[in-house]
Amino acid sequence: MVVPVLESATAPLADLPADLLLDMYTAMLRARRLDERCWILHRQGKIAFHISGMGHEAAQVGIAFAMRRGEDHFLPYYRDLAMVLACGMTSLEVMLGVFGRQDDPSSGGRQMPEHYSRRSKNIYSVSSPVATQVPQAAGVALAEKLKGGDRVAVTCLGEGSTNQGDFHEALTWAGVHKLPLIVVVENNEYAISVPMEKQMAIPRVSDRASAYGVRGVTVDGLDPIAAYHAAQEAIDIARSGGGATLLEVRVVRLTPHSSDDDDSAYRSKEDKAALKISDPLPKFRGRLMDAGILSQQHERELDERIVDEVNHAHQAAEAAPYPTVEWAAGPVFAA
Amino acid sequence: MAEKTLIEGIREAMDEELARDDSVFITGEDVGQRGGVFRATLGLFDKYGPTRVIDSPLAELSIVAVGIGAAMNGLRPICEIQFADFIQPAYNQIVNEAARMYYRTGGTFTVPMVIRTPYGGGIGGGLYHSQSIEATYAHVPGLKVVIPSNPHDAKGLLKSAVRDNNPVLFLEPKKGYRLIKGEVPDGDYTVPIGQAQITREGSDISVYAYGMMHYYCQQAAEEVARDGIDVELIDLRTLNPLDKDTVLESFKKTGKALIVYEDNRFLGYGAEIAAILADEGFNYMDAPIRRVAGPDVPAVPYSHPLQDWFMPNPQKIAEAMRKLARY
Amino acid sequence: MGTPVIMPQLGESVVEGKISRWLKQLGEPVKLYEPLLEVETDKVTTEVTAAGAGTLLKLYANEGDVVKAGTLIAFIGASGESVPATDPRPSSLPESEREQEMPRGNGSSARISPVVARIASEHHVDLALVHGTGEGGRVTKKDILAYVEMQPDTPSEKLEAWEQPGLGELFRPTEEVFGTAVSASPGPIAPAAASAPTVTSDEVLPLNGMRKAIAEHMVMSKRTSPHVTTVFEVDLSKVVAHRNTHKAQFERDGANLTFTPYFAMATIAALKKHPLVNSSWSDSGIVLHRTVNLGIAVSLGEDGLIVPVIKNADSLNLLGFARTINDLADRARRKQLKPDEVQGGTFTITNHGTSGSLFATPVINQPQCGILGVGLIQKRVVVVTQNEVDAIAIKPMVYVGLTFDHRILDGNSADNFVAAIKQRLESWT
Repeated sequence: MVVPVLESATAPLADLPADLLLDMYTAMLRARRLDERCWILHRQGKIAFHISGMGHEAAQVGIAFAMRRGEDHFLPYYRDLAMVLACGMTSLEVMLGVFGRQDDPSSGGRQMPEHYSRRSKNIYSVSSPVATQVPQAAGVALAEKLKGGDRVAVTCLGEGSTNQGDFHEALTWAGVHKLPLIVVVENNEYAISVPMEKQMAIPRVSDRASAYGVRGVTVDGLDPIAAYHAAQEAIDIARSGGGATLLEVRVVRLTPHSSDDDDSAYRSKEDKAALKISDPLPKFRGRLMDAGILSQQHERELDERIVDEVNHAHQAAEAAPYPTVEWAAGPVFAA
Repeated sequence: MAEKTLIEGIREAMDEELARDDSVFITGEDVGQRGGVFRATLGLFDKYGPTRVIDSPLAELSIVAVGIGAAMNGLRPICEIQFADFIQPAYNQIVNEAARMYYRTGGTFTVPMVIRTPYGGGIGGGLYHSQSIEATYAHVPGLKVVIPSNPHDAKGLLKSAVRDNNPVLFLEPKKGYRLIKGEVPDGDYTVPIGQAQITREGSDISVYAYGMMHYYCQQAAEEVARDGIDVELIDLRTLNPLDKDTVLESFKKTGKALIVYEDNRFLGYGAEIAAILADEGFNYMDAPIRRVAGPDVPAVPYSHPLQDWFMPNPQKIAEAMRKLARY
Repeated sequence: MGTPVIMPQLGESVVEGKISRWLKQLGEPVKLYEPLLEVETDKVTTEVTAAGAGTLLKLYANEGDVVKAGTLIAFIGASGESVPATDPRPSSLPESEREQEMPRGNGSSARISPVVARIASEHHVDLALVHGTGEGGRVTKKDILAYVEMQPDTPSEKLEAWEQPGLGELFRPTEEVFGTAVSASPGPIAPAAASAPTVTSDEVLPLNGMRKAIAEHMVMSKRTSPHVTTVFEVDLSKVVAHRNTHKAQFERDGANLTFTPYFAMATIAALKKHPLVNSSWSDSGIVLHRTVNLGIAVSLGEDGLIVPVIKNADSLNLLGFARTINDLADRARRKQLKPDEVQGGTFTITNHGTSGSLFATPVINQPQCGILGVGLIQKRVVVVTQNEVDAIAIKPMVYVGLTFDHRILDGNSADNFVAAIKQRLESWT
């Protein structure tokens, strides 16, 4: 069965109400400022690790806004900062995790930064082995279907991780059982240092979908509206029993893989300069300003407000207590 | 009360749990219409339908992972891995995901799932249908490991496993599926996880075993009783969390310990029992702590003389019992 | 008409200096007398201030360049003003040679050769930033290649935290992560892009000019002079009494009266009595210095130490000493000493006692004959004999040590010198 693969040009702004667009922009900006602060903290030697989502914000925000945020099941991966914030985690909650404090809701300081978890928002726990969340998402979707529920399961991963067996087995279940599942591949074309052409012999990850009888779509992940429309369509299909979609969003990774990666080993200065031009945040800002939806003044005020929020989160998290030794000792079993 | 086989005890447990709790479902290869390659799920597909007994793709990793996801979203999956030898593709999901989920989320996510799989040799299964895996998995914090040795315990322990809010690896000694028979009450009852059982009281030596080896130890104990050796036999039943108290209590009584397991000797489960006794039972030790175990070659070579050489049996065990009693 | 910025002469014998840091960037506004750049000479780093106001329009020299005094290094003018390609000051060259000078005009259009233009475009170089060594200040091929070579090290491009390179090891021992946090002030940690990152847990502190200079001098001094130390104990009761009486008055006269002026004056007196100590060794004979130029060692904390010199110290009284020492120490800590002020000493005092040390064996400041170490002033129990009766008293005591060059002095003459200091201090009125 040949499944159509869709591409979309930059979707018009007029489609969506201004306050939705501004909310999207705010969500992107919040993620960006928080992300930047984490890099600075690492370079100051205040935190041991940070892995970034800079360049992915537009795709993540667009997709999140198409979900029933906090209700639909979400199994993120470690770059999904913008998405977990959009789905209901707070800047403070993220910072507590970054600083490894007791009150870190993701793990109480047991896990590394960016290993999000927030049961109350249906955000499932992130671990380090890649792609393990995808067949788990299939299981979540299967359970939803068996229970007769109407929530969908959305899961995200990088393009390199789609080579893990977990990915294939998950799509197998998704296709056979027509699961209410959206597998989002955030394709930034690098798996640490390994470029996409060394990971797969196909030009698009969504080309894999038809092998499992699943819908495959590729969109420009630098445009939050394109991502939003594509996600909305996939979610509608899933929710109505139409089965799963493999949604590939093309994004850029503006930073090295993680805080201690040195990407000068595999990306030239020219490459990186070119990436900056693709930065989705100023692009979207520009579009909103051109359309008269966002004024210079408003933008400044918004940035100030967001940076203020980040400052508060940073300070509060840094001042919060560390976990105790007793906490390290367990328990490992539920009662 | 009727006499049933080990596999029947297992099947009854699943049948009754499926009836009792709508959130329970079974998945695995061939579990549906075929009823499982050992008939463990025979009749359940007809009784409960394809939404409760689900044939999975030939993909062990996802049998477990889908189970994890479903467990986190409110169901109680029983995931069958056709042979313990084939569980390794799912190792990552078991060890890094299922076992860690509770700890890594500070207790906010639990994974109430059962992974059941036949293990052990002596059935002409060769190198890939005979392995013992309990040492690898009992080693992992956050994962419970349970091994029944008789039909009564099999039913009761499996029910407990299904109702447990943690991931439980339920290892079934496949040689004993039809071989081991016993009284199994009809209806609902459970056997607690985390409790060993003294199945034979004695005063001369403490013998610790589980699964098929416990069955053989029972026979060996009867045999050496004729020589005047009084064996105290402990069926461990749960390997993690271990019932240390029962283990040590017996050792205090006898001062002599023999641990029997069919897995490769080096770093097998019995090594941990030996270490615990040597540490916490030191003052009661009256003899070296001995083990009867499989040799350190890949388990289990096929041709029957090779298999016989590999596998512990009542005679080898009895011989070890005598030697220890004589010390 | 704009203001050319000329490399100053920072000391009598200082003919050149290294531009260690431009404090203003191209295009930034500059106020009159605002610090414009830092120049490093052998001993000191000095701030050079702007002689005019305007916008910094052009740099003719880069950080790291060693430039002769009198060279044109920058131009300050009105925004948009055309910038001379070369030194606009009247030339001392004869007419005929001056004809070869470049016409006035925008620096970037003045005689750019084809190869220079090509290299500039390939590497996105702004030629206004490149120092030209060619005729009339022209940027030659060599100049631009050298500039391009240096590019990765140029700190003029400020990198964001995520643009600064990481170490390349995705995970490191935790001790390394938190132990190697740089200063408390927020700022990027920049592992030197030029050198290979160390992967052991050792930390490597790069050597700055001061540290290198100190190291070189210490090794040379020890190799040059056979160092011997003799230590005397001095009763400072009279000095303490004098200081307590006079401190307030000195404050009113604008000087903070520490103990150092007393030691300085006592040393000067002793040097006058024992001129052999105010000398330098030479193979043709021991040079007895006519003037007494007293160096007082000042600690700059972790930044090292420096020895400002009081020239003709024998002409100062106690108040003069107090004022001069205050001023020199203060300017030393603020890096405002002139190179002349750290040269020409004939004897040095070092107050190692201020950090708690009782006595020490400091290194002689070459080419001097000795260095006086003053230890911690401490109340001690001493035996006092009066009318042949021994009694115990508590006195403010200090160990004073002379580390001397045994080529010039023997133990006896050294001891006599220190005894003279002791005698002067113990009889202070």
